[in-house]
Amino acid sequence: MAVTRFCVRTYRQDLRILSSPAAKIGLILFLLVLLTLPLWARKYLVFVACISGVSVIGALGLNILTGMTGLISLGHAAFMGLGAYTAAILSAKAGWPMVPCLLSGAVMSAVMGAIVGVPTLRLKGLYLVVTTLAFQFIVQHVIYHWESLTQSDKGIKLATPAFLGLEFGSYDSFYYVILFCAVLVAVLTKNLAMSRTGRALVAVRDRDIAAEIIGVNLAKYKILAFVVSSFVAGLSGALYAYLLGLIAPDHFTFNQSILYVAMIIVGGMGTVLGSVLGAVFMVLLPEVISAVSGPLASAYPTLAPRIGGISVVVYGLVIILFLLFEPEGLFGIWIRLKRYFKTWPYTY
Amino acid sequence: MGFLELHNISLSFGGIVALSQVSLSVESGRLFAIIGPNGAGKTSLLNCISGFYCPQEGGIKFDGRELVGLRPDQVARLGVARTFQNVELFGRLSVIDNMLLGRHNHFRDGFFKNILLGYLAEQETVNRTKVEEIIDFLEMEKWRKHIVANLPYGVQKRVELGRALAQEPKILLLDEPMAGMNLEETEDMARFILDIHQELGVTIVLIEHDMDVVMDISQRVCVLDFGQKIAEGTPEEVQRDHAVQNAYLGENYETMIKGELRS
Repeated sequence: MAVTRFCVRTYRQDLRILSSPAAKIGLILFLLVLLTLPLWARKYLVFVACISGVSVIGALGLNILTGMTGLISLGHAAFMGLGAYTAAILSAKAGWPMVPCLLSGAVMSAVMGAIVGVPTLRLKGLYLVVTTLAFQFIVQHVIYHWESLTQSDKGIKLATPAFLGLEFGSYDSFYYVILFCAVLVAVLTKNLAMSRTGRALVAVRDRDIAAEIIGVNLAKYKILAFVVSSFVAGLSGALYAYLLGLIAPDHFTFNQSILYVAMIIVGGMGTVLGSVLGAVFMVLLPEVISAVSGPLASAYPTLAPRIGGISVVVYGLVIILFLLFEPEGLFGIWIRLKRYFKTWPYTY
Repeated sequence: MGFLELHNISLSFGGIVALSQVSLSVESGRLFAIIGPNGAGKTSLLNCISGFYCPQEGGIKFDGRELVGLRPDQVARLGVARTFQNVELFGRLSVIDNMLLGRHNHFRDGFFKNILLGYLAEQETVNRTKVEEIIDFLEMEKWRKHIVANLPYGVQKRVELGRALAQEPKILLLDEPMAGMNLEETEDMARFILDIHQELGVTIVLIEHDMDVVMDISQRVCVLDFGQKIAEGTPEEVQRDHAVQNAYLGENYETMIKGELRS
């Protein structure tokens, strides 16, 4: 029995994602925990899980663009902002229901993604980074100053999300909407990565000359990467808007963009599991820091005023440490752990 | 009328003339070699064919279609595959993935089918089967799941050839497939090229510096020097040609050699 585990008879079997029973059982257990989370967790934990889910979707979007296609973007939060504000405005002013709002937020962001993607046909590397950075600040500026539409600092209050007569007003219930979207986006992204389109994107990232010579249309796939990535970002932003119920310009700042880049670096570039791990890690990090800094401040009262700023330092430190010691991110660590247990007690 | 027809191609970069008035005609099913000293414009000629350079003058007809002005990916879609002098592979992918990428335009599924089905799509299996046939053909079974960047140089060259074959090309442009290889690897590669030519019936245009190989396997040879075509013919004809001897060995090389011997 043990030997047949490694015996592959068809190409489809060879490609299976979950090749061992242990992996299948693990995934089912993990999904069970996720599905029952609101039943046993405290309300605050559910809220953190919701934020994690939104971040996972956002990180998946950025990973399609930056990790798979190699186009670095510092404007990811702007795309999320576009999705969020489109959904919020349609919900608050036009009174649209939740699902059309979410979708039109995503579509709006995707359309802008196509437009921002056009310069990438000419620009590479740092020049592209600066272009996306400019886009980030343009969107931020427009959101802040177009008061008649966005209400600037006052923010927009969204209607309670509802679908098919069910209300998703509380964190406990909206958690399931986010979970559904996150799982759906993760599965579709994994499919993308394992198929023709995903391979073409990776080809554009690794060596664009070779990609062209085998018949990959560079322009088409670069724009496609931007469109898909910003569609997902827009969805993530729209979900975020519904989750908070009230959005303001400072939810989608340049810092958020950096945070998403950090997520995919920490998680692992170009991998679905990496996006998930990275996003959850970066959401939990400030929670851990605040849990630690509370007791720390009471133990050393003289340090208390300085502890507040420590989270930024830890963020920076985490990114530097990952870049230095584990460029493959948490995904790389996971793969190494798996290999260790697979071959145990032998070293390889 | 040839299968691949180059008509008075001229290409210059600023003041540097890379190619001037080069005409070539490759008939279907030929193994055609292009030789010439360094800097003669051989690679520039291939770059013109595959769409990386756009010649200022002249036309390139392939299978009745004009190639000048098309993008490289459009040229590839017409059935032109090529390899590079410096290996151009996707280093972080496995051998299989590199070759599946070679079959990019043979997949019939679009984006939405891709994201819905992933690896379960039938096309993945169909194309994987074709790729495995080529892996078999080029004897690369033991490396099929290796990451390309970790493979030895000779094998990388073979993977690149495999990726070009995976495109099921009508014509194969090989830019120095034996460069930097040892004798054994060179012989292997020559054997593969002959196999591809004879068993698969692919028309091949070959650039190579290894004269033994060129004279052995090619049916017709064209010689370039300083961007101009100086000779064309069978290997024997080219070897006897005076212009070719002058280009490779210098003018009056016979008297020079005699002088060397005398002193």
